[in-house]
Amino acid sequence: MPIAVAIALLVLGSVAFHLFSPWWRTPIASNWGSIDTALDVTLWICAAAFVILNLFMAWVLVRYRNRPGHKAHYEPENAGLEKRLTVWTAIGIAGMLAPGLAAWGKYVSVPKEAAIVEAIGQQWQWAFRYPGPDGVLGAAAVKYVTVDNPLGLDPLDPFGRDDLLIESGDLHLPVGKPVKIVLRSKDVLHDFYVPEFRAKMDLVPGIVTYFWMTPTKTGTFDILCAELCGTGHHEMRGKVVVESPGAFAQWQAQQTSFSQILADMPAAAMSITLIKANACTIPAAWSNR
Amino acid sequence: MATTLADDLRPLHHPHSWVTKYVWSQDHKVIAIQYSVTAIGIGLVALVLSALMRLQLGFPGAFPSIQPDNYLQFVSMHGMIMVVYLLTALLLGGFGNYLIPLMIGARDMGFPFVNMLSYWLYPLSVIVLVIGFFVPGGPTGAGWTLYPPQAITEGTPGHQWGIATMLVSLAIFVAAFTMGGLNYVTTVLQARTKGMTLMRMPLSVWGIFTASIMGLLAFPALFVAAIMMLFDHFAGTSFFMPTMQSMGKITPTEGGSPLLFQHLFWFFGHPEVYIVALPAFGIVSDLISVHARRNIFGYRMMVWAITIIGALSFVVWAHHMYVSGMNPYFGFFFATSTLIIAIPTAIKVYNWLLTLWRGDLHLRVPMLFAIAFIFTFIHGGLSGLFLGNVSVDVPLSDTFFVVAHFHMVMGVSPVLVIFGAIYHWYPKICGRMWNDTLGKLHFWITFLGVYAIFLPMHYLGILGVPRRYYALGETAFIPQSVHLANEWISIAALVVFAAQGLFFFNMIWSLFRGPKADPNPWGAASLEWQTPQTPPEHGNWGPHLPVVYRWPYDYSVPGASRDFIPQTEPRA
Repeated sequence: MPIAVAIALLVLGSVAFHLFSPWWRTPIASNWGSIDTALDVTLWICAAAFVILNLFMAWVLVRYRNRPGHKAHYEPENAGLEKRLTVWTAIGIAGMLAPGLAAWGKYVSVPKEAAIVEAIGQQWQWAFRYPGPDGVLGAAAVKYVTVDNPLGLDPLDPFGRDDLLIESGDLHLPVGKPVKIVLRSKDVLHDFYVPEFRAKMDLVPGIVTYFWMTPTKTGTFDILCAELCGTGHHEMRGKVVVESPGAFAQWQAQQTSFSQILADMPAAAMSITLIKANACTIPAAWSNR
Repeated sequence: MATTLADDLRPLHHPHSWVTKYVWSQDHKVIAIQYSVTAIGIGLVALVLSALMRLQLGFPGAFPSIQPDNYLQFVSMHGMIMVVYLLTALLLGGFGNYLIPLMIGARDMGFPFVNMLSYWLYPLSVIVLVIGFFVPGGPTGAGWTLYPPQAITEGTPGHQWGIATMLVSLAIFVAAFTMGGLNYVTTVLQARTKGMTLMRMPLSVWGIFTASIMGLLAFPALFVAAIMMLFDHFAGTSFFMPTMQSMGKITPTEGGSPLLFQHLFWFFGHPEVYIVALPAFGIVSDLISVHARRNIFGYRMMVWAITIIGALSFVVWAHHMYVSGMNPYFGFFFATSTLIIAIPTAIKVYNWLLTLWRGDLHLRVPMLFAIAFIFTFIHGGLSGLFLGNVSVDVPLSDTFFVVAHFHMVMGVSPVLVIFGAIYHWYPKICGRMWNDTLGKLHFWITFLGVYAIFLPMHYLGILGVPRRYYALGETAFIPQSVHLANEWISIAALVVFAAQGLFFFNMIWSLFRGPKADPNPWGAASLEWQTPQTPPEHGNWGPHLPVVYRWPYDYSVPGASRDFIPQTEPRA
C-alpha cells in the first residue's frame, strides 16, 4: 500500500516539479525554434506515457494487493491487447520522430547565403577567423602553426591573406543573418556550445566540422566547451556578441587581417613556417643521427 | 527412471580440498559468488568515487584536496567501474553463473574449467585497474569513454600510465568475458534438461543468454579499440591521432581519426547498455511473476522483445555521436533505428504492468525493488527518447540531462533489479532469511533518494548545465538556484550512499544469524527452487536430473490445489 501511494505521489510530484521548476530552457536567441518544438512534442508524448503508465501501476498495486480470498487471474497472453498497445506505441513514436527529423533536416542543410565564420579551439581557449572581403577562408592546418602564425594559416594561399584573425577576443555576429560556423581544433576534441543558440557541434582535430544558425537576438552570450578536453575543460570559455549589422561592420573594420600580420613578421618567419610544415615528420631521436 | 548420461555424476570435477572448493573452484555456484563479491567490492570503490564527485559539485571549494585533475579521474573511474566491472560482471558473471545451470536443470556449466579461468582473469583485470590509482599521474581522467586524442595527450590526467593500465585491464576483462560468455551460450544451448525447451526457459535465462551473445559480438570492438590505442600510445602509430598541437609542439602523428575510435567504442558501448539491461529485464520479469502470483503476461512476446532489442541494439550506436562531427546525414538513420527500439522496450514495460494487473500482489522486499525498477525504467526509457530524437539531442547532449538519463536507465534501474534479485535468491544461495525491516528501510531510502538525485538533474540539463565540469564558475545563464540544487542533490546522494550500509549489514548479519530459510520461501515454480538441498550442493540435483513438464509461470492456475505448479510436476 505505501508503495502505491509513493508511486502516485512521485508522479504528481514530478508533474508539480515540472510546472514549478525554476530551471528550464534559456530564452532562445537563434532560429532553432524547431528544435524547441521537437523537444516540446517529445516531452508531451513522454509525459503522457509516464503519467498514465505509473498511475495505472499505482492503481493496480492497490486493487490487486494480496488479501484473504483474493486470487490472481491466469491468462498467459492476450494477443489483441498486445497488438493494440504496439500500434499505439508506434503512433506515439512516429509522432515525436517526425518533428525531430524535420528539424534535423533543416539543421543539416546550410542555406547558400550563409556567411562563414571559423571557430578554432585549443586547450583551453577559443579563437575566431572571418573570411574577409573575398568571403573564402584560406587553407589552414596545424602543421603551419608557429608563434607568429598561431591559427595555422597557409602563408601561400592567397585566399587567406584577407582573413581576419581574432586570437583573443570575442566572436561577433550580425543579428538576423544566417551563419555557417566552421569548426577546427588544434589539439583535442572540443565542442562549441552556446545554450541560447540551441545548436552545438564537436571540434575534431584532423577534420573540419560545422553547423549553421541565424542569431535572432542581440546581446552577449557565453560560449562553453561541451566535449571533455582535459583539466581546463570547465574554464574553456568564450563570448559571442550578437549585434546590429551596422555595429558588426564597424567592429569588423577594426580587426587585423592575415596580410597585416605577415607584413609585421620577420622576413625569415614565413620561410621557417613553410620549411617546418613541409619537412618529413621524423621523430627527433632519429633525425639527430 | 532410466539413468541417462547426464545423470552420471562421475565426470563432475569434485573438489577434494578447501582450495579446490572455494578458490580454484569449478562449481558454477561458487564461481558466481566469487564473481559477485569481486564485482561488489570494486563497485564500492565506484560508489566512494561518486560521493567524492558529489562533494565537489555540491560544495565547490570546500574540499581543497579535490582538484580538477582528481575530479576528472573520479568521473572516469566511476563510470568505467560501474558499467563494466560492476554491472556486466555481476549480472552475467554473478547471476548468469548462478542461475543458468539451476534454471535449465544442468549440473554445471558446459566447460567448468574454462569457467574457473574466466573468473580468475576477472580479478586480474580488476587488480590492473586498481594499479591505475597508484601509478605516477594517477588513473585516467579522459572520461569513461576514453576518447582520443585527449586520453593519451598532455593536459589530461593519467595520460601517461593511467590510460595504459585502463586499456590493459579492459583487454583482460574482454578475455575473461569471452570465456564466460561462450560458456553461458553453450550451456543454454546444450545442457538443458529433458523437457526444458527454449520456450520453457525462465525469462532470466533468456535475458542472460541474449546478453551473452551480444557481449561476444560487441566486446571485440572494445578490445581492438583498446589495443589500437595502446599502439598509438607506445608504438607511435596514428590510428586515432591526427596531426595536432600538444602543449606548444606539433606531434609527429599524422592522418589518424578520432572518430574511428568513437565508432568502435560505441559499437561496443551501445550494445553494452543492453548487455546490462537484458539480464535485468529477464530477472525482474521473474521477480514480478513470482511475487504477483501470476503468469508473466505475454511470455512469447517478451522473448521476441528480448531478441529484437538485442539485434536492433547493434544498429543504433551512432546516436551517441549526433554532434560528434560525423557525417550529419547518419542522424536520420540512427534516430529512426533508435526510436524503433523503443517499441519492443515499451512492450516489455506493458507486459510487466499487465502481469501485476489482476495479480495477487505480495509486496515483499524483492517485489518492492521490482516495482521501483518499473518506475525508474519508465522514466529513464522515456528520457532516452529525447536523446535519441536527433535534433532534440543537439541542445541536450553533453549536459546534465544525459547524466540524469543514463543514470536512471542503466545505473539506478539495473541496480534496483540487482538488489531485488539478491533479496529474492538470497534464501536459496545462503540458506538463510534476511531481516525484513532492514530490507524495507534500505528499499525506501534508496528508491526515494535516487529519484531526488536524478529528477532535478534533467532540468539542469535542459537549462544547459554542462556535464564533466569541475566547477560551473561564473556563467551568465546559470542562476544561483542551480548551485543550491547541486547542494541538495549532493546531500541526497550522501544519504543514499550511507543507506547502502543497511544492505551490507543485513546481508552479512543474516548469513550467520538469519533464520533458516525454507527451500522455496516464495512458492516459485521455476527449477532453481526445486533443488534437493538448500543451498544446492555440487552437481545441483542429487542422483537424477529433474524432468520439466511445463513452463515456469504456472501461477494461480484454475483448479490447481496450490497457487503455483513447479516445472517438474507432470501434467495431469
